[in-house]
Amino acid sequence: MKYNITIGIECHVQLATKTKLFSEVDNDARDKDPNTCVSPVDYALPGMLPRLNREAIKLAIRAGKAMNAKINSYSRFDRKHYYYPDLPKGYQISQFYHPIIGKGFITLPDGTKVRIEHAHMEEDAGKLNHYDTYSLVDLNRAGTPLIEIVSMPDIHSAKQAHDYCKELWRAMTYAGVTIGDLFNGNMRFDVNISLAPEGAKELGKRAEIKNLNSFRSVERAVEYEYERQSKLLDKGEPVRQETRGWNDATGKTTFQRSKEEAQDYRYMPEPDIPPVKLSEEFISEEMAKVPLLPQDYREKFSGSLPADTLEVLLDYQPLMEKLSEVKDIKRIANWFASVLLAEEKSYEMLNDLPSAEQLNELAEMTEKQELSSTGAKEVFLKFFDPQMGKKSARDIAKELNVIQENDTGALEAIVDQVLADRACAQAIADFKAGSEKVIGFLVGQVMKASQGKANPGAAQQILRQKLQ
Amino acid sequence: MQIATKEITAESLVRAALDKAEEYKDYNIFTSLDKDGALKKAKIIDEKIKNGEEVGKLAGVPFAIKDNFLSPVGNTTASSKILEPLKSPITATSVKKLEDEGAIIIGRTNLDSFAHGSSTENSYFGPTLNSHDKTRVAGGSSGGSAVAVALGIVPFATGTDTGGSIRQPASFNGVYGFKPTYGTISRYGVVAMASSTDCIGFFANSAEDIDLLMSITSGRDPKDMTTLPDYYNIETGKSSDIKTIGIIKDFNNDSVAPEIREALKKKIEELKSAGHKIIEFDMPMLKYALAVYYIVVPAEISSNLSRHDGVRYGYRSSEAKDLDEVYGKSRSDGFMPENKRRIMIGNFVLSSGFYDAYYLKAQQARTLIIKEYENAFSKCDFILTPVAPNPAFKLGEKTNDPVAMYLEDVMSVPLNLAGVPGLAIPAGETKDGLSLGLQLVGPRRSDRELLRFASNIAKKEGK
Repeated sequence: MKYNITIGIECHVQLATKTKLFSEVDNDARDKDPNTCVSPVDYALPGMLPRLNREAIKLAIRAGKAMNAKINSYSRFDRKHYYYPDLPKGYQISQFYHPIIGKGFITLPDGTKVRIEHAHMEEDAGKLNHYDTYSLVDLNRAGTPLIEIVSMPDIHSAKQAHDYCKELWRAMTYAGVTIGDLFNGNMRFDVNISLAPEGAKELGKRAEIKNLNSFRSVERAVEYEYERQSKLLDKGEPVRQETRGWNDATGKTTFQRSKEEAQDYRYMPEPDIPPVKLSEEFISEEMAKVPLLPQDYREKFSGSLPADTLEVLLDYQPLMEKLSEVKDIKRIANWFASVLLAEEKSYEMLNDLPSAEQLNELAEMTEKQELSSTGAKEVFLKFFDPQMGKKSARDIAKELNVIQENDTGALEAIVDQVLADRACAQAIADFKAGSEKVIGFLVGQVMKASQGKANPGAAQQILRQKLQ
Repeated sequence: MQIATKEITAESLVRAALDKAEEYKDYNIFTSLDKDGALKKAKIIDEKIKNGEEVGKLAGVPFAIKDNFLSPVGNTTASSKILEPLKSPITATSVKKLEDEGAIIIGRTNLDSFAHGSSTENSYFGPTLNSHDKTRVAGGSSGGSAVAVALGIVPFATGTDTGGSIRQPASFNGVYGFKPTYGTISRYGVVAMASSTDCIGFFANSAEDIDLLMSITSGRDPKDMTTLPDYYNIETGKSSDIKTIGIIKDFNNDSVAPEIREALKKKIEELKSAGHKIIEFDMPMLKYALAVYYIVVPAEISSNLSRHDGVRYGYRSSEAKDLDEVYGKSRSDGFMPENKRRIMIGNFVLSSGFYDAYYLKAQQARTLIIKEYENAFSKCDFILTPVAPNPAFKLGEKTNDPVAMYLEDVMSVPLNLAGVPGLAIPAGETKDGLSLGLQLVGPRRSDRELLRFASNIAKKEGK
């Protein structure tokens, strides 16, 4: 049987604040020893109280803007209770009743609008490191500010699930909400997947795949779940509402716990933090700091760039800004796209982008045929060279000796020289006798004589004139 | 209170306090004393005085802290087994402010474990005895601090008041006890009981002393988001010396012990003769206060006590073999029966399906109680009521009847729900020599006016 798949995604985004959500210790624990970024507030010494980080509120407002959402002028924190060694207080401070971000949407590259139900702020938990007979608790991450973005079930394929996560990542990184380092867990996805027979009015029972940390694993997990659930349904067996984990190595999801085992979180308003009341001015001031978003660039460049090129480049926000500054967008975009598709570690190359002047000059030289496409590419790559990167396009082209000979007089002299060469006599005779293909050989000779600097198109034209 | 001078040294003050603590050892007032530390600090202050250096407003004044205030002095046990080993790296904001003015901690005082109780009988270290009658309870939960001041060991002590834990033991021991407006003194560094009603306050021998302590410890603390902007030390326009005092009819009926009604009647007469106006009214919502309190407070208690899991600090059962046992055995051994009772009530009222019926409903009722106080204070300046319906009861008398114990709080808890200030003032003794107390209640942020009013009426009485 054929089934329709329905997917909703919850995404945890770690905010790029300097300090934690409720304490004043460093929020960036990368490369730090366990439990070195921990304050008495974070390890829940009795008598410690949370102190809300204003910066986190600002980033949440930006996040709201990046998902086209309304910011609630009144929001509040709640306590979500459960026992686990990575949760020092025995509760997580979250927002259950009054989240800061209201309804919004994210537009996928295919134009699909995925609605956002809401997004709320909360603190991250610590981490457990498991050993043979014991486990160790690392609280460096405990108290890192998060927003959890909850989508509506508007996603209907593995590809769309992939694209939604990626688009969310783009939006959040563009808006400066998160560093967006997926490898370090800056964004994590919980994917809810259900199947229903085509034409069915009601959705099927859903499985939730927890803690996916790459777009590819989201896509693969959805594909796997489609197979798993459709096989069950084909056999007439029920799909159980449960939480499953993803194993990237085996490419399978595995059972973790059933709905019946779900905990009662005993939500309660957080009495230690007064409600957050935001003025319209404060909200709009912060929203104004959000730069153009991926969807804005899609609209902006829709006339000048093919969609597939743009999608390759959209992952790099500084590149979008650069393209907004240059004249020959299409030509320059193509250079970047070819680099990104071909070069290893191309992402690192883009940390230091060439200036608009460099790019504009290179585009002009190419346009005027002073450079061949191969020559232009060579110059372009040198923009990323630590030694030559700051030089102008012309200086680099000169150094590489790739400027084409376009001077007709000079070119005619070279052509004359080639035509006078005895080694070419046979080819000339063949051409005159009607053999078209030898023109290539003759152009090659001209290129050789010019040490590669001749413009091959112009050379062929002059050859044809002279041999008529 | 006596401040250290060239003649009366800090060392002599501290030594006298320590000697008295020793003398009254059988009252079980202190969970720990810091003799060496206190004497060392006293000597430093004496040195400063000798050199003519600046010393604070409380230079050399010995004081005691309820054992739920964090300080590197001693272990912060909250009179519990689970926190018995806890050495705090942090000093509570309120304690730090007192120490910055030169006050010297001599020890930590006994309380009902985690401040759960009205008699100090729920302490892991055993009960504290009443200063007037050793067969009776000290009151609670700040029993140790009340008795320490009543017996003249220290001129003041800190307390916490979540539902009467300062005012009730103050009245049981014949001293002044003050619970400020919620948010006046930072809760940072005080073991939380119920965050939305917990207040830091003091025991002392006069309203003036408490006024001085309030002026030092009140004010906004960036480490406690629920603190109010400083209002206590901001001079407001002088109001009339003649006040209107409200009497709540329901708190002056047969449910109150005759000798307490007598004390109330006497105080009313004194106030009248001093020219103050007395009005009587009902506050019908207050009869729901105890029910609301025993939903909201256990809910917050169950949440606040979740952190005591044996993982990071405090007691961990050595018998635990896996994670569930670390939690289960450590908490089972570490908490007192009353702690467990409140955790269970709290978990119940917060559980899904019951939240709306209990917690949410209680919060709604709480709003009505707040409104009722606002309404009452539109008619009068202060309200005068007993602190508790009975004087100090016998040790063991109510330990097996938790509801009877909870009923002792009926007149004190409404203030905590509304966040308004209350001052327990001594009001004589029973014929058996038990102390009696009354409480003056004011609107939010009327703390200073309330204390000055109490000070004025005490002066009139020539006390």
